[in-house]
Amino acid sequence: MDFGTLIDAALSSALGPQAIVFALAAIGLNVHFGYTGLLNFGQAGFMAVGAFGLAVSVTTWDLPFWVGIAIALLATVVLAIILGVPTLRLRADYLAIATIATSEILRLIFGSVEAKETFGGSNGLTGFSTTYKDLNPYNSGLDLGVVSFSRNDLWSITVGWSLVAISCLIVWSLMRSPWGRVLRSIREDEDAVRSLGKNVFAYKMQALILGGVFGGIAGIFHVLKQASAVPTDFNTTFTFYAYAALLVGGAARVLGPVVGSILFWFIIAGLGSFFSQATSGTDPLIPASIMTDTQASLVRFIVLGLGLMLLMIFRPQGIFGDRREIAIDGR
Amino acid sequence: MLLTPSSAMAQATPTPTTPAAGTPAENPLVDGQNITVTLLDVKGGKGEPAPVPGVTLTVFKDKSGGEQIGTQVTDTKGRVSIPIPANGVYVVTLDQDTLPEGVELSGGAENEKTITARISGNNFAQFQIGAAVAEKVAFSEKLTNSVVSGLKFGLIIALAALGLSLIFGTTGLTNFAHGELITFGGIMTYVFNRGFGMSVILAGVCAVIAGAIFGYAQDKILWGPLRRRGTGLIAMMIVSIGFALLLRSVFQYTFGGSTRTLSQYVAQGRDDYGPISLSPKEIAIFVIAIVAIVIVCIAMMKTRLGKSMRAVSDNPDLSASSGLRVDSVITSVWVLGTALTALAGVLLALNQQVNFQMGFKLLLLVFAGVTLGGLGTIWGALAGSLIIGLLVEVAPVISIGGYQPVPASIKDVGALVVLILILLVRPQGLLGRAQRIG
Repeated sequence: MDFGTLIDAALSSALGPQAIVFALAAIGLNVHFGYTGLLNFGQAGFMAVGAFGLAVSVTTWDLPFWVGIAIALLATVVLAIILGVPTLRLRADYLAIATIATSEILRLIFGSVEAKETFGGSNGLTGFSTTYKDLNPYNSGLDLGVVSFSRNDLWSITVGWSLVAISCLIVWSLMRSPWGRVLRSIREDEDAVRSLGKNVFAYKMQALILGGVFGGIAGIFHVLKQASAVPTDFNTTFTFYAYAALLVGGAARVLGPVVGSILFWFIIAGLGSFFSQATSGTDPLIPASIMTDTQASLVRFIVLGLGLMLLMIFRPQGIFGDRREIAIDGR
Repeated sequence: MLLTPSSAMAQATPTPTTPAAGTPAENPLVDGQNITVTLLDVKGGKGEPAPVPGVTLTVFKDKSGGEQIGTQVTDTKGRVSIPIPANGVYVVTLDQDTLPEGVELSGGAENEKTITARISGNNFAQFQIGAAVAEKVAFSEKLTNSVVSGLKFGLIIALAALGLSLIFGTTGLTNFAHGELITFGGIMTYVFNRGFGMSVILAGVCAVIAGAIFGYAQDKILWGPLRRRGTGLIAMMIVSIGFALLLRSVFQYTFGGSTRTLSQYVAQGRDDYGPISLSPKEIAIFVIAIVAIVIVCIAMMKTRLGKSMRAVSDNPDLSASSGLRVDSVITSVWVLGTALTALAGVLLALNQQVNFQMGFKLLLLVFAGVTLGGLGTIWGALAGSLIIGLLVEVAPVISIGGYQPVPASIKDVGALVVLILILLVRPQGLLGRAQRIG
């Protein structure tokens, strides 16, 4: 067992681009679920729209990079409005089903053979990240001993954590404003807010748009860091993982989704590395009759499922949250 | 015509077409290294594939017209077995003039197949014969076929939707692990069938019983204690997501990522019944599903347990104060609901194949069916599922002036769009009661 490799794998995932994508997506979910109590299960759809908004603008339509970014963000706003109008008046579980269905519709359309000309089919699109790569000021990668990053990763980390920091700042300042207090009161008691003369629907819509834009940024960053937009990346399981990350850190806390994503990836990558080492080699730690190396890659997902269940049962507020602030009672 | 490995056809007992004169009764299967070809007419997928006897096949070394290795005429089983001296490239040619009347090569009428022999035993070659040509099927036939398969698919969804609807009605839980309960039924059928060597029918019965036990265990170990702790509905929903991830990963861990088939009723030909054509297993799926649904509906209306289930679904507090043991009613709902869902998995395994995410892929369609009909209503779940099943299968057939609104590759999209539209115009569903849902 090589603990150096294990720590490197765990840390480079926890601090690397993958955790940043989750942190950004979970910040959006935090606005939806944590602060407003909206059960959005379609965050992957917002990410997909952001990602393909950029990829289609630049690759298919030959538009400049920054115009592509603007189109991508605009697309997530449009999606939030289209999705919000029919569903925001509904009960939480209806909203959950409608959003998850929308994200699946988007993924299927982006990956369909018929729309290959525009979205690139199941292989997706590439060739939209040249501007992003050219902005990279670093000349070489970084090796800190316990953890190392390549030149591209270093640039993605710089951009990504800056985005996370700005997003957290925005959420922090918004949630201590009167606007944020209305959102939190909607989560606690919608009817009370309505009786105070607030337009609940409009506030919910604004929250859905804000969280959706964070999701879109997550999607844009995801496709930029890997330089390709592939539809299957945006499946519903991604949304659930982002929820797990949010709940670990603690919903309705500014830093909850960030800490949650770091911890989530530390555990996932650490477990993955541990079990792949434990089952590889000629004399593996765990004999192949119990676990083969294919099965080893699945242990972390078993642990993840079990962990999400136990977390929700015994500590729904996560690490930082306050139990009274989590919208977990059906309304 | 398919040249298939003879072993794969061992179960089928086909009736040969009239053998031409000079057809050998049976060509012996060569012991050593050989090329074996079995010619079968698949008749466009209708009826059992029939062997094609009396066709001359010749094997050449390296290229057609090269060194002739051997020639043979297919026997009553449609088989030839020609010995070859060593590994290498061989070309099998089929003499089209010797094909019986009415039997034609399909797939571009290619009568030559190149085989690279690498193994010391049998080397197989395939010819396409009588495969259906999709473009030539009339629209009306496509429509009836898609309606039939839509109804079949809808009935399978309906069984699962009935389970989901029962559980939602009594507990209020939107169960995201429901897809995995379908998979459970399918995988259990496979385990009893292949693992314990039971017949598919017996394995299916055992899988449904296993589903009932699984439902009971779930309620006793997981959901019951959560209810008594007063865990919120959204927390339970997220628990069900975790449970779904757990189950799916466990299925993949134990069953593997591959798609597998049951031992019986895999490739069945279809017989014509008036305008529609069905294979025996499809008829069985229709009958089993309809009978199960009718029994459940009658039981819900007439029996004491059914009435108490509906009472708890209507108003748990009132039922409790009227002396009903709400908790044991909910336990029976879990048993019944999971068993029904496992039955859906069994039928799905019979209809298609077994895979660790067969149910997960169906989850949203089950949700769509239940929401379309109205969450928590039995008749609504039935009607909604049938509509969703039809939508999924019929929508790709429809084309308006050459433009297909829903291409076959994304046929689920139509049903999911309907799900969102129904939430827009009639959120309580087709048969649901208008009540506060927002």
